[in-house]
Amino acid sequence: MPPDNETVAEQVFVALADPSRRAILAALAAEGPATATDLAGRLPITRQAIAKHLALLAEAGLVTAQPGERRRVRYRLRSAPMQVAQQFLAALARDWDGPLEALKDHLGKAPHGPATTRSTKP
Amino acid sequence: MAFPDRIERAVEIAHPPATVWAALTTAEGLAAWFGDEVTIDLRPGGTARMTWTSGFTADMRVERVEEPAVFGFTWHIYGLPEDDPRRTYVEFTLEPAGTGTRLTVVESGFAQLPDDAYRKAYDGNSDGWAKELGELVAYLDAA
Repeated sequence: MPPDNETVAEQVFVALADPSRRAILAALAAEGPATATDLAGRLPITRQAIAKHLALLAEAGLVTAQPGERRRVRYRLRSAPMQVAQQFLAALARDWDGPLEALKDHLGKAPHGPATTRSTKP
Repeated sequence: MAFPDRIERAVEIAHPPATVWAALTTAEGLAAWFGDEVTIDLRPGGTARMTWTSGFTADMRVERVEEPAVFGFTWHIYGLPEDDPRRTYVEFTLEPAGTGTRLTVVESGFAQLPDDAYRKAYDGNSDGWAKELGELVAYLDAA
Protein backbone atom coordinates (compact mmCIF):
# COMPACT_ATOMS: atom_id res chain seq x y z
CA MET A 1 0.00 0.00 0.00
CA PRO A 2 1.73 3.17 -1.14
CA PRO A 3 1.58 6.25 1.08
CA ASP A 4 -1.09 8.78 0.14
CA ASN A 5 -0.24 11.88 -1.85
CA GLU A 6 -0.50 14.10 1.19
CA THR A 7 2.15 12.09 3.05
CA VAL A 8 4.43 11.92 0.03
CA ALA A 9 4.19 15.67 -0.58
CA GLU A 10 4.92 16.39 3.07
CA GLN A 11 8.05 14.21 2.98
CA VAL A 12 9.27 16.05 -0.11
CA PHE A 13 8.67 19.47 1.38
CA VAL A 14 10.30 18.51 4.68
CA ALA A 15 13.31 17.19 2.76
CA LEU A 16 13.56 20.35 0.67
CA ALA A 17 13.23 22.66 3.67
CA ASP A 18 16.81 21.82 4.69
CA PRO A 19 19.58 23.46 2.63
CA SER A 20 21.99 20.53 3.05
CA ARG A 21 19.38 18.07 1.82
CA ARG A 22 18.53 20.36 -1.08
CA ALA A 23 22.22 20.39 -1.99
CA ILE A 24 22.42 16.59 -1.80
CA LEU A 25 19.31 16.10 -3.94
CA ALA A 26 20.53 18.70 -6.42
CA ALA A 27 23.90 16.95 -6.71
CA LEU A 28 22.23 13.57 -7.32
CA ALA A 29 19.88 15.13 -9.90
CA ALA A 30 22.68 16.91 -11.74
CA GLU A 31 25.43 14.33 -11.64
CA GLY A 32 23.77 11.00 -11.05
CA PRO A 33 24.19 8.31 -8.39
CA ALA A 34 26.92 8.92 -5.83
CA THR A 35 28.25 7.54 -2.56
CA ALA A 36 28.27 9.52 0.68
CA THR A 37 32.03 9.92 0.22
CA ASP A 38 31.58 11.30 -3.33
CA LEU A 39 29.06 13.80 -2.03
CA ALA A 40 31.30 14.84 0.86
CA GLY A 41 34.01 15.60 -1.70
CA ARG A 42 31.71 17.84 -3.68
CA LEU A 43 29.66 19.58 -1.03
CA PRO A 44 30.68 21.66 1.99
CA ILE A 45 29.06 19.11 4.29
CA THR A 46 30.79 16.51 6.45
CA ARG A 47 30.54 12.86 5.46
CA GLN A 48 28.78 12.09 8.75
CA ALA A 49 26.15 14.73 8.12
CA ILE A 50 25.67 13.51 4.56
CA ALA A 51 25.19 9.93 5.76
CA LYS A 52 22.57 11.12 8.22
CA HIS A 53 20.70 13.09 5.56
CA LEU A 54 20.88 10.22 3.07
CA ALA A 55 19.36 7.87 5.66
CA LEU A 56 16.46 10.28 6.16
CA LEU A 57 16.01 10.74 2.41
CA ALA A 58 16.08 6.98 1.81
CA GLU A 59 13.49 6.40 4.51
CA ALA A 60 11.23 8.98 2.85
CA GLY A 61 11.71 7.24 -0.52
CA LEU A 62 13.42 10.25 -2.11
CA VAL A 63 16.66 8.41 -2.75
CA THR A 64 17.33 4.72 -3.10
CA ALA A 65 20.46 2.85 -2.09
CA GLN A 66 21.98 0.77 -4.85
CA PRO A 67 23.62 -2.40 -3.63
CA GLY A 68 27.39 -2.24 -3.81
CA GLU A 69 30.39 -3.25 -1.87
CA ARG A 70 30.59 -2.32 1.76
CA ARG A 71 31.05 1.44 2.20
CA ARG A 72 30.48 1.87 -1.55
CA VAL A 73 26.69 2.14 -1.46
CA ARG A 74 25.57 4.52 -4.16
CA TYR A 75 22.46 6.63 -3.70
CA ARG A 76 20.16 7.50 -6.55
CA LEU A 77 17.38 10.04 -6.74
CA ARG A 78 13.78 8.76 -6.94
CA SER A 79 11.79 11.21 -8.96
CA ALA A 80 8.28 9.88 -8.32
CA PRO A 81 7.77 11.62 -4.94
CA MET A 82 8.91 14.89 -6.51
CA GLN A 83 6.24 14.45 -9.17
CA VAL A 84 3.58 14.04 -6.50
CA ALA A 85 4.77 17.23 -4.79
CA GLN A 86 4.72 19.00 -8.15
CA GLN A 87 0.98 18.29 -8.39
CA PHE A 88 0.46 20.12 -5.13
CA LEU A 89 2.47 23.07 -6.40
CA ALA A 90 0.58 22.97 -9.70
CA ALA A 91 -2.73 23.58 -7.95
CA LEU A 92 -1.22 26.48 -6.02
CA ALA A 93 0.42 27.90 -9.14
CA ARG A 94 -2.75 27.81 -11.23
CA ASP A 95 -4.08 31.34 -11.50
CA TRP A 96 -7.69 31.72 -12.59
CA ASP A 97 -8.24 35.06 -10.85
CA GLY A 98 -5.97 36.91 -13.28
CA PRO A 99 -7.50 35.54 -16.50
CA LEU A 100 -11.08 35.98 -15.23
CA GLU A 101 -10.34 39.59 -14.35
CA ALA A 102 -8.92 40.04 -17.84
CA LEU A 103 -12.07 38.49 -19.34
CA LYS A 104 -14.30 40.85 -17.37
CA ASP A 105 -12.15 43.82 -18.37
CA HIS A 106 -12.17 42.78 -22.00
CA LEU A 107 -15.96 42.33 -22.15
CA GLY A 108 -16.47 45.49 -20.13
CA LYS A 109 -14.57 47.43 -22.76
CA ALA A 110 -16.58 46.07 -25.70
CA PRO A 111 -19.83 48.11 -25.47
CA HIS A 112 -22.39 45.76 -27.00
CA GLY A 113 -20.52 44.12 -29.82
CA PRO A 114 -19.46 40.49 -29.92
CA ALA A 115 -16.41 39.42 -27.94
CA THR A 116 -14.59 38.94 -31.21
CA THR A 117 -14.27 42.70 -31.75
CA ARG A 118 -10.57 43.35 -32.06
CA SER A 119 -10.61 47.13 -31.78
CA THR A 120 -9.85 47.11 -28.05
CA LYS A 121 -6.82 44.89 -28.38
CA PRO A 122 -3.49 46.73 -28.48
CA MET B 1 -7.83 17.95 3.04
CA ALA B 2 -4.80 20.04 2.27
CA PHE B 3 -4.11 18.52 -1.13
CA PRO B 4 -6.38 20.42 -3.52
CA ASP B 5 -7.85 18.46 -6.40
CA ARG B 6 -10.22 21.10 -7.64
CA ILE B 7 -10.23 24.84 -8.16
CA GLU B 8 -13.52 26.67 -8.61
CA ARG B 9 -14.27 30.31 -9.38
CA ALA B 10 -17.42 32.14 -10.39
CA VAL B 11 -17.77 35.63 -11.79
CA GLU B 12 -20.74 37.73 -12.84
CA ILE B 13 -20.33 39.26 -16.26
CA ALA B 14 -22.57 42.03 -17.60
CA HIS B 15 -23.00 40.42 -21.01
CA PRO B 16 -25.34 37.66 -22.19
CA PRO B 17 -24.09 34.07 -22.46
CA ALA B 18 -23.74 34.30 -26.25
CA THR B 19 -21.13 37.06 -25.90
CA VAL B 20 -19.25 35.27 -23.14
CA TRP B 21 -19.42 32.04 -25.16
CA ALA B 22 -17.66 33.74 -28.09
CA ALA B 23 -14.96 35.06 -25.77
CA LEU B 24 -14.34 31.52 -24.44
CA THR B 25 -14.57 29.44 -27.58
CA THR B 26 -13.21 31.41 -30.53
CA ALA B 27 -9.59 32.11 -31.37
CA GLU B 28 -10.29 35.86 -31.55
CA GLY B 29 -12.19 35.82 -28.26
CA LEU B 30 -9.56 33.85 -26.34
CA ALA B 31 -6.72 35.93 -27.78
CA ALA B 32 -8.37 39.06 -26.41
CA TRP B 33 -8.06 38.06 -22.76
CA PHE B 34 -6.26 34.73 -22.28
CA GLY B 35 -3.57 33.67 -24.73
CA ASP B 36 -1.55 35.91 -26.99
CA GLU B 37 -2.06 33.67 -30.01
CA VAL B 38 -4.81 31.08 -30.17
CA THR B 39 -6.00 28.37 -32.50
CA ILE B 40 -9.05 26.25 -31.75
CA ASP B 41 -10.95 23.45 -33.45
CA LEU B 42 -14.22 23.74 -31.58
CA ARG B 43 -15.63 20.22 -31.42
CA PRO B 44 -15.27 17.38 -28.94
CA GLY B 45 -11.88 15.82 -29.63
CA GLY B 46 -10.66 18.95 -31.40
CA THR B 47 -7.39 20.55 -30.40
CA ALA B 48 -6.67 24.07 -29.31
CA ARG B 49 -3.42 25.83 -28.63
CA MET B 50 -2.64 29.03 -26.81
CA THR B 51 0.78 30.61 -26.88
CA TRP B 52 2.08 33.53 -24.90
CA THR B 53 4.80 35.95 -25.90
CA SER B 54 6.65 34.80 -22.77
CA GLY B 55 7.23 31.53 -24.66
CA PHE B 56 4.71 29.45 -22.75
CA THR B 57 2.37 27.18 -24.74
CA ALA B 58 -0.79 25.40 -23.67
CA ASP B 59 -2.14 22.53 -25.76
CA MET B 60 -5.73 21.72 -25.07
CA ARG B 61 -8.12 18.96 -26.14
CA VAL B 62 -11.72 20.07 -26.45
CA GLU B 63 -14.07 17.74 -24.57
CA ARG B 64 -17.51 19.37 -24.23
CA VAL B 65 -19.15 21.89 -26.53
CA GLU B 66 -22.73 22.73 -25.56
CA GLU B 67 -23.31 26.23 -26.87
CA PRO B 68 -23.84 28.52 -25.04
CA ALA B 69 -23.81 26.72 -21.70
CA VAL B 70 -20.86 24.33 -21.26
CA PHE B 71 -17.33 24.37 -22.67
CA GLY B 72 -14.84 21.82 -21.37
CA PHE B 73 -11.28 20.91 -22.26
CA THR B 74 -8.32 19.09 -20.80
CA TRP B 75 -4.79 20.36 -20.70
CA HIS B 76 -1.43 19.50 -19.37
CA ILE B 77 -0.90 20.21 -15.66
CA TYR B 78 0.91 23.50 -15.32
CA GLY B 79 4.38 23.06 -13.89
CA LEU B 80 4.75 19.36 -14.64
CA PRO B 81 7.31 18.14 -17.19
CA GLU B 82 6.22 18.19 -20.84
CA ASP B 83 6.11 14.42 -21.13
CA ASP B 84 4.00 13.90 -18.01
CA PRO B 85 0.73 12.33 -19.17
CA ARG B 86 -1.41 13.81 -16.39
CA ARG B 87 -3.96 16.42 -17.44
CA THR B 88 -6.53 18.49 -15.63
CA TYR B 89 -10.07 19.05 -16.87
CA VAL B 90 -11.34 22.62 -17.17
CA GLU B 91 -15.06 23.26 -17.49
CA PHE B 92 -16.71 26.62 -18.05
CA THR B 93 -20.41 26.82 -17.24
CA LEU B 94 -22.45 29.80 -18.44
CA GLU B 95 -25.78 30.58 -16.79
CA PRO B 96 -28.01 33.55 -17.62
CA ALA B 97 -28.17 35.96 -14.68
CA GLY B 98 -30.51 38.88 -15.34
CA THR B 99 -29.19 40.46 -18.53
CA GLY B 100 -25.73 39.09 -17.85
CA THR B 101 -24.01 35.77 -17.25
CA ARG B 102 -22.79 33.88 -14.26
CA LEU B 103 -19.60 32.19 -15.42
CA THR B 104 -18.17 29.33 -13.39
CA VAL B 105 -14.83 27.70 -14.08
CA VAL B 106 -13.87 24.44 -12.43
CA GLU B 107 -10.45 22.89 -12.96
CA SER B 108 -10.17 19.41 -11.52
CA GLY B 109 -7.73 16.53 -11.45
CA PHE B 110 -4.75 18.05 -9.65
CA ALA B 111 -4.66 15.22 -7.14
CA GLN B 112 -5.25 12.44 -9.67
CA LEU B 113 -2.96 9.48 -9.40
CA PRO B 114 -4.59 6.14 -8.66
CA ASP B 115 -2.64 3.67 -6.58
CA ASP B 116 -1.54 1.55 -9.51
CA ALA B 117 -0.41 4.58 -11.51
CA TYR B 118 1.47 5.76 -8.45
CA ARG B 119 3.12 2.38 -8.13
CA LYS B 120 3.97 2.39 -11.81
CA ALA B 121 5.37 5.91 -11.68
CA TYR B 122 7.34 4.98 -8.63
CA ASP B 123 8.84 1.82 -10.01
CA GLY B 124 9.06 2.96 -13.60
CA ASN B 125 10.89 6.08 -12.68
CA SER B 126 13.48 4.52 -10.47
CA ASP B 127 14.96 3.03 -13.63
CA GLY B 128 14.48 6.10 -15.77
CA TRP B 129 17.58 7.33 -17.49
CA ALA B 130 19.76 4.40 -16.51
CA LYS B 131 17.44 2.10 -18.48
CA GLU B 132 17.12 4.43 -21.44
CA LEU B 133 20.87 4.91 -21.64
CA GLY B 134 21.22 1.13 -21.47
CA GLU B 135 18.88 0.83 -24.46
CA LEU B 136 20.87 3.41 -26.32
CA VAL B 137 24.08 1.49 -25.67
CA ALA B 138 22.45 -1.75 -26.87
CA TYR B 139 21.19 0.02 -29.99
CA LEU B 140 24.61 1.47 -30.77
CA ASP B 141 26.31 -1.87 -30.08
CA ALA B 142 23.99 -3.62 -32.52
CA ALA B 143 24.66 -1.08 -35.27
